[in-house]
Amino acid sequence: MDRFINFMNAAVLAGTPLLLGTLGEILTEKSGNLNLGVEGMMFMGAISGLAGAWFAEQWFGWTGVPAALIALLISFLAGAFGALIYAFLTVTLRANQNVTGLTLAIFGTGFGNFFGELLGKRAGGFVTVTSATKQAFAKLDLGPLSQIPVLGRLLFSYNWLVYLAVIIAIMMHLFLRKTRRGLNLRAVGESPATADAGGINVNVYKYLATVVGGGICGIGGMYMTMVTTSGVWVHNTILGYGWLAVALVIFATWSPARALYCGLIFGGLMMLRLYLPIPGVPQQIYDMLPYVATIVVLIVMSIRQSKEYAQPKSSGLNYFREER
Amino acid sequence: MSDYASCEIKRPLVRMVRRPAASLAHRTIVYIIALIGALLTGALLIWILGHNPIDVYVSMVRGTFGKRISFNETVKVTVPLLVTGMAVAIAFRMRFWNIGAEGQILIGGVAATSVVVYGQAIPQVPKLILMSLVAMLAAGLYAAIPAFFKAKWDTNETLFTLMMNYIALKLIMYLQYQPGWQADRTTFPKIRSFTPDARLPRVMGIHIGWIIALVLVVIYFIYVKKTKHGYEISVVGESMNTARYGGMNVGRILIRTMFISGALAGLVGFIQTSGADGTLTESTAGGMGYTAITVAWLSKMNSFAMVFVALFIAMLQRGSSSIQTSHGIPASAASLLTGLILFFMLGSEFFINYRLVFRGRPYHG
Repeated sequence: MDRFINFMNAAVLAGTPLLLGTLGEILTEKSGNLNLGVEGMMFMGAISGLAGAWFAEQWFGWTGVPAALIALLISFLAGAFGALIYAFLTVTLRANQNVTGLTLAIFGTGFGNFFGELLGKRAGGFVTVTSATKQAFAKLDLGPLSQIPVLGRLLFSYNWLVYLAVIIAIMMHLFLRKTRRGLNLRAVGESPATADAGGINVNVYKYLATVVGGGICGIGGMYMTMVTTSGVWVHNTILGYGWLAVALVIFATWSPARALYCGLIFGGLMMLRLYLPIPGVPQQIYDMLPYVATIVVLIVMSIRQSKEYAQPKSSGLNYFREER
Repeated sequence: MSDYASCEIKRPLVRMVRRPAASLAHRTIVYIIALIGALLTGALLIWILGHNPIDVYVSMVRGTFGKRISFNETVKVTVPLLVTGMAVAIAFRMRFWNIGAEGQILIGGVAATSVVVYGQAIPQVPKLILMSLVAMLAAGLYAAIPAFFKAKWDTNETLFTLMMNYIALKLIMYLQYQPGWQADRTTFPKIRSFTPDARLPRVMGIHIGWIIALVLVVIYFIYVKKTKHGYEISVVGESMNTARYGGMNVGRILIRTMFISGALAGLVGFIQTSGADGTLTESTAGGMGYTAITVAWLSKMNSFAMVFVALFIAMLQRGSSSIQTSHGIPASAASLLTGLILFFMLGSEFFINYRLVFRGRPYHG
């Protein structure tokens, strides 16, 4: 039992950055923009969040919660900035979505590693935030809730970003399903021409969804530097999580609610090796599991093409009003 | 025209109008402006970091061509970029987004190394030929897997090929511990160095990979532009439905072309292990599969243009590592700058395909 709870805890902690990336990309794709640059935006959020916290400590002497909030804000802005480049190129300048997304991934990776190294130099060796700030990203003590046997450890023993991710998922679900604007956004993603004829400003929806989605991806990147590596910059810190997030969007069939358990499953797959070693299977082969699972998911989803759980119809295609 | 202007219809300040095919001169000018824009943005960044941009750019160029040895190093970086660029481009021509070149290079490297490990008795020339063939075959098959699923169920190839990169990487990390593969007298995870008879010979101070690459540039051009296969690739790229309607077996074209794409990347794995590094490591591909996407797109999938683009990107990479020593600017500046340039190029294409018409100006279609 104890082992199981530990495994679940590890799965949630590993799954949260994936969940954030997936949520950001779901919002983006709902507008018909297929942004493959999640990896890049996560990198940008990762370094900017860390740098934000570090400079908040150095310049203003803010540690702990204020530094954490700065990290949240800056990482959101950095991811949103990456997405803004993407939106400007694809929506306004009508560039190819695939190539623009790939470029954003390359650019963001360079951005993260470049400023990561630079910051490390500036900090004299390597960057690390104060222990007060690290504490702000440690697991919360929710008083009596955390004391409940089993459930307390299973549900109420995480850092605040985990709960933030869950809240974002629920809010995004409600937004898409229950609000007029959510309906409009889905209309833009399914058929921009129809939405346009219905008086919806297609470009505004595309820009906003993409930029906010990018910001959420940025927070996912910040999670990797502030929680996973506890406030230390590690070269190539995102390690393909952004790409897994893009694949998880397909697994979650473009639903923020289903993204919740998809993130958990994949977090579990990444941690499984540590908790359930299979005799005779070497570590490196076991490490292939999440990637092989992703491929299996891709294949299965493509075989059972369901109408209800499909990609937004215009996803990947730019909308030109003049060329309807 | 005056009637138009006087009526009350709201006209936007700027309109976009599709331009008929732009002239070569026009395109060249737009691209050059975009390149300058990217370099200026890079200069701004360098300036903000407190360096003299001109100084930095000059030492980048000097780091690439300054000495004979640095030129050789630049060529060494260019060769794999060029061949991988062609590998990616041939798939891109049919709108098949192969971003798995990274993994295909590694699989090629694994296959070539397996000849070194298990075929020690084979003499040099047949060994090298066998190594290259095995590398191409293995990587070609590796790349054909996602193509098969794409053809059969329209499985998303972008993510499929990408996931296979990580699998290939883990495979190498596994092999690093295996008897026969692991270097002797060490417990480190490291694959043995190639014996001299498994190394590519040198011509003019550089391993002969550069000759292979140049020959491939010509073959690629002929294959893509002058053969039936090349024509089929273009038609599939334009529209799969048109291809089907025209009686082409789209599935077969997808799988065949991806096999070629993978085989080219596998050849890079062979060239890198046997020519450049003399061993197989986790960084044998070193991000080349991704940078090659830039090379392919910037050269519009044209292999002759690719020679120059690959050389240019190689210059950026080499130059970035030289400014790391001279100015203390991290070498990751290379991918930052590459990304910037590609962003500008992507944006500039708008000004090739469209023209802006301002309100009040008469519009001549």
